[in-house]
Amino acid sequence: MKRGPAGAWALALLAVLMWAPPAHAHVQQGQAAGFFTGLGHPVSGLDHVLAMIAVGLWGAQLGAPAIWILPVTFPMVMALGGMVGLLGVPLPGVEVGIAASAILLGLAVMSALRPPLAAAVVLVGLFGIFHGHAHGTELPAGQSALLYSMGFVIATGCLHGVGIAVGLIHRWLWGQTLLRAAGAVVALAGVFFMWRAIA
Amino acid sequence: MSGPTMRWPHRLVAVIGGLTLASCPSRAAAHLVTTGLGPLYDGFLHFALTPEDLVPVLALALLAGLRGVTHGRRALFVLPAAWLLGGVIGLTVQGGLSPSWTALSFVLLGGLVASDARLSFGATTLLAALLGLGHGYLNGSTLAQPWLGAVGLLGVVAAVFTLVALAASFVVPLRAVWARVVVRVAGSWIAAIGLLLIGWAFRSGT
Repeated sequence: MKRGPAGAWALALLAVLMWAPPAHAHVQQGQAAGFFTGLGHPVSGLDHVLAMIAVGLWGAQLGAPAIWILPVTFPMVMALGGMVGLLGVPLPGVEVGIAASAILLGLAVMSALRPPLAAAVVLVGLFGIFHGHAHGTELPAGQSALLYSMGFVIATGCLHGVGIAVGLIHRWLWGQTLLRAAGAVVALAGVFFMWRAIA
Repeated sequence: MSGPTMRWPHRLVAVIGGLTLASCPSRAAAHLVTTGLGPLYDGFLHFALTPEDLVPVLALALLAGLRGVTHGRRALFVLPAAWLLGGVIGLTVQGGLSPSWTALSFVLLGGLVASDARLSFGATTLLAALLGLGHGYLNGSTLAQPWLGAVGLLGVVAAVFTLVALAASFVVPLRAVWARVVVRVAGSWIAAIGLLLIGWAFRSGT
């Protein structure tokens, strides 16, 4: 079997190709993916999105200090719900609870309800547990739990921020009317989610 | 076989040479990012790309900044010093702390920022010392590989000092209510992330 110089070159090339490069084993694999998965998760479901925005809208309607206490409360209690889910503690009626959050928060915005601050915090916190239990535990395999959690919490907080920013139109009369209409839309969507959860 | 034709011994040499090159040991930079600029910068970058360390340090800097300039200065010097001490211990006595340690530091520091806790001077010092010792120890254990080691640890400590200086000096002059609220919201997010991390730690059995 005859081989020309090409054979020698091929072998040399093979040898170079097989040169072991630095094996950057496990270097930050899946890190960015974990963050973006977490960031995208809260905005992937309309039920979650509407409830988050409604919290911001309601906070803006209620004014200080609720405007920032409610959006601070929700992510923390939501994370608590996520932690409960990760610990394997079952929570019955999660989807019903999420739908109920959209209905009640929507109604609160629609009627410009002004309960005592503690009652508003308890209500928002209660719903946060359902949202956290449902959404906080869905980490795809191989991704960073920390960065997923960071993305998840940041996205939720930003949704509250959107609600607050929109809710600032409350200072104008036409804005108050528009906010109430937005609350009605959220409540109606909640009814749809409830029907879907029960049916 | 002669002339341009490759003879068997030559082919054998080429194959053996190729296999030798292929099996040539090279550095496995497991879990670390290298800059190519040396261990000091590798350590600096390691901190910047490790949210497990970066976020609690940021939380402590925010907390100290909310409490004022004296707390900020105390954190600025106590935290890096404790980090260095913990790192040296970690380099010497390699081991590890439970991942729950990181989660707890998130929850505790984030919760304190969120509640705008009126800590005493001693409490700020204690928190800075504990955070520095714990995370420094973890860093020291991680950086124990010969190509980073003590110099890499110095890079981490420099990064800690820089972050505390920047974040605390940003927060200290904040007087507007809304601006302080923004800092507290950031704290609540950090605490929320920590709560989820505790759940993940339990789920993975660590």
